[in-house]
Amino acid sequence: MELPILSIMLAVPLVAAIACLFLPGSTARMVALAATLIDLALGIMLWLNFDIGGAQWQFTERAALFAGFQYALGIDGIALLLIMLSVFLMPICILASWDSITRRVGEYMAAFLLMEVLMIGVFAAQDLFLFYIFFEAGLIPMYLIIGVWGGDNRIYASYKFFLYTLLGSVLMLIAMLWMANAAGTTDIPTLMQYDFPAGAQIWLWLAFFASFAVKMPMWPVHTWLPDAHVQAPTAGSVILAGVLLKLGGYGFIRFSLPMFPDASAELAWLVFALSMIAVIYTSLVALVQADMKKLIAYSSVAHMAIVTVGLFAFNAQGLEGAMMVMLGHGLVSGALFLCVGVIYDRLHTREIARYGGLSINMPRYALLFLLFTMASIGLPGTSNFVGEFLALAGIYEVSTFVTLVCTTGIILGAAYMLFLYRRVAFGEQRNADAARMPDLNLREWAMLGPLAAAVLWMGIYPESFLAPMRGDIAMLEARLAPVAPQYDSALTAGTPREHAANYVAAEEHGPEGAH
Amino acid sequence: MGYANSLYLTGAEIGLSLTGLVLLLVTAWTGRGAARAITIAAVAALFGALIFTGVLLDETMTGLAGRAFGDLFTVDAFSSLAKILIYVATIGCLILAPHYFERHGEYRGEYPVLILFNAVGMGMMVSATNLMTLYIGLEMSSLASYVLASFARSDTRSSEAGLKYFVLGGLASGIILYGISLVYGFSGTTSYDGIRLAFAAQFTTGAVFGMVFVLAGLAFKISAVPFHMWTPDVYEGAPTPVTTFFASAPKVAAVAMLVRIAFEPFGGETGGWQQIVVFAALASIVVGALGAIGQQSLKRLLAYSSINNVGFILIGLAAATLEGASAVLTYLAIYVFMTLGSFAALLILRDPEGDKLTTFADIAGLATRSPALAWSLLFLMFSLAGIPPLLGFYAKFVIFQAAVEADMIALAAIGIAASVIGAFYYIKFVKVMFFDDAVDTRRFHAPAGHWAVLAICVIVNSPLGYLLTPWFGRMADAAGLSLFAFA
Repeated sequence: MELPILSIMLAVPLVAAIACLFLPGSTARMVALAATLIDLALGIMLWLNFDIGGAQWQFTERAALFAGFQYALGIDGIALLLIMLSVFLMPICILASWDSITRRVGEYMAAFLLMEVLMIGVFAAQDLFLFYIFFEAGLIPMYLIIGVWGGDNRIYASYKFFLYTLLGSVLMLIAMLWMANAAGTTDIPTLMQYDFPAGAQIWLWLAFFASFAVKMPMWPVHTWLPDAHVQAPTAGSVILAGVLLKLGGYGFIRFSLPMFPDASAELAWLVFALSMIAVIYTSLVALVQADMKKLIAYSSVAHMAIVTVGLFAFNAQGLEGAMMVMLGHGLVSGALFLCVGVIYDRLHTREIARYGGLSINMPRYALLFLLFTMASIGLPGTSNFVGEFLALAGIYEVSTFVTLVCTTGIILGAAYMLFLYRRVAFGEQRNADAARMPDLNLREWAMLGPLAAAVLWMGIYPESFLAPMRGDIAMLEARLAPVAPQYDSALTAGTPREHAANYVAAEEHGPEGAH
Repeated sequence: MGYANSLYLTGAEIGLSLTGLVLLLVTAWTGRGAARAITIAAVAALFGALIFTGVLLDETMTGLAGRAFGDLFTVDAFSSLAKILIYVATIGCLILAPHYFERHGEYRGEYPVLILFNAVGMGMMVSATNLMTLYIGLEMSSLASYVLASFARSDTRSSEAGLKYFVLGGLASGIILYGISLVYGFSGTTSYDGIRLAFAAQFTTGAVFGMVFVLAGLAFKISAVPFHMWTPDVYEGAPTPVTTFFASAPKVAAVAMLVRIAFEPFGGETGGWQQIVVFAALASIVVGALGAIGQQSLKRLLAYSSINNVGFILIGLAAATLEGASAVLTYLAIYVFMTLGSFAALLILRDPEGDKLTTFADIAGLATRSPALAWSLLFLMFSLAGIPPLLGFYAKFVIFQAAVEADMIALAAIGIAASVIGAFYYIKFVKVMFFDDAVDTRRFHAPAGHWAVLAICVIVNSPLGYLLTPWFGRMADAAGLSLFAFA
């Protein structure tokens, strides 16, 4: 490839972000939308030009700009899909903030565009420290987005978000420094094939786990998420749920599993235990929430637990399933937050009890909301079904017990989502002001329509999404094969009977036959 | 080596001393009116010294290190690079000074003269290869600093700061002198090379005491815990431009001097001082971070922040390797720009009546009052917190890299975890400026010089600063190497 598409994808929103800082609100909105749409177009180009089954790393770029680490970019199928998710959600986020953000619009748009730069950078970075820089830098714009444009309790939420994620990440930096020193390189593809001594792997794995578990987030370090989600503006929640939570899963796929396979196998029980607790506990917590955003935030934690379980199944179904859950959850939870945002913009409350009977006055909204609710439950035909089914099929090969618990979580998921939907959309119109709300406008259609299409596409023809990453998953599976756990529900060959079941001993019958 | 060579190698110091003396005479005869002209002349002299040192650095990088006046004074890549940082910081401080004092009609020509003599002393500190030269340089710089701290004579807080600094600084000098006398007693020489040889032959308990006393006195000068108590008081009481100076140039000089002492005369006894440095490093990081949390005064907060930063610098020293020395210089360079920028922003922060705004309450909602200033401070604060992609991250990165390569992983892990505590008050800055509502909507008016210093510091600290890292890294490596030339 001659054209450095990845660098251009980083440069476009960066330039637009700087421009937005100096532009008046209305122009800044247009610039931001244009920049994100250009990036979406570039992303589609990237996907179309991605050679499925070709080299593992494509679109590679390399420049020795800095001391100590390199400016090295490149993507495989996994990164490609996550970049696509980011560039797809960004224009929707900008549209979601079109009318609801009226204060300091230029700075807001700049922060979002900066987030886009950093998200693409995280997925494209091929140098350990470049990855870390992109990974950590996201704290700054997100801190501002929550703190400046958030809800009433935004300051507490922004501090908690910042310090939690920072504390999680700094130990990872020490681990990275150790790895770079031991392996003599900072190149991620090389490190993915490097065998660290087993004793060191445990420590390195734990240091990375501290960071990714917080980002993911896993129980019990998930508590920043409900606060951050609830206080962030709608578009901030979309980005947080849609893309930032995927950083944890991406980190496991890119670092923990291939770089420390022995430690991953040894500590898989920890991941399973935390994930099982998360699935059941956060689902139960979600069931009793009175705040819509909080409910969806807790459901995110439960969904992410399915991701971690799938990843640590160490087989192709589990890994593919985890990726599909991440992509599907990115779309669906983003869409659900937008659905909340749509009615929040009209009534300025997130309290479930203030709504009711919306299917009467907002039938189109109710239809789309139903689609996304069903997708979140994992109804066949929607994106999440594919991922959850694969992830659970993967883990079933390892542990039937974990599968049992996680499947229970999915049933609870159906319970809280349907309960939410019933209270918001069905029943009587209890509140006069909620009953007067107008249905979706054109801008809201433009946000939710593409998401609905993508959710259905992913559910009906998942091959488009599975194909680019198949080769990479296979390589990862091969890397993990030596440490893959035993299949606890496998059919085992018993000792064969000597005779068929209906065999009758000949000699006993002998005398009777003589009659 | 002839006198010509010695004079050439000490050219920057001689030039600055002569300029200082001439300007002192000029100021004595012209009075207050010429203060601004004298400042400009002093800045010009420092620029000259900067360029001259740059030439020397270029020569030493190609291997032409030299000693002047016997073994008293060395010019190697390390001293040249440290001096360049010192001169740059000093120039920045001089640019920031006049406006502040002129509002109170207190600006006089002595100020730039004192700064010049201070710069000479600092140059000697980093170039000294003999305990006597070291002490003379140290006292030359310190005495000028005491006067500067109480420069705002009419302000009791400034006088108090000057007195405190003088008494405690005198105590520290005494401790250093005591240490020097012990070291001399047990090695029979004051020359760095001689001490190293003598200690290699025999390292007695008395020599350990001497070394510890010298290090303790120097820890006072760099305000490392547990010798940090004076810092918040002096930083808060001294006039802000003087605080800016204290936090930048003398800190560079004292740290560079400490690094040279640790690696040259005491370089053979690494095990003897490493534990002390490790303790001081961790204690400084933690105390600096915890102490800052409750502060309302921005100057006090930046004082604790400087203690915190010294902790990180000491981690590089504790590594006791070439990479560590190079990392210390890199950190110092970035630190100078972070500190200068933060104080430049503080100096810009004054309302039209000239009242200084120095507490958190005064900068509430700054983002709507003066977006340029707020964004600059945001960059600097995140840089101080070490959040990528700002350059402050690179400073911590090289320090921790050196520690990890020296196999001090526990030190690195504890240090970096404690840095999260520090992040709390840096993001509090941002919270106050961006999340809170403004109580006052008037704008700020500051001279272009202030904005220029701030702009340069912000640009260096922005991600663009990373483009400088390969270039600076080469110089810092050469400087680190020159310290290990003896070993």
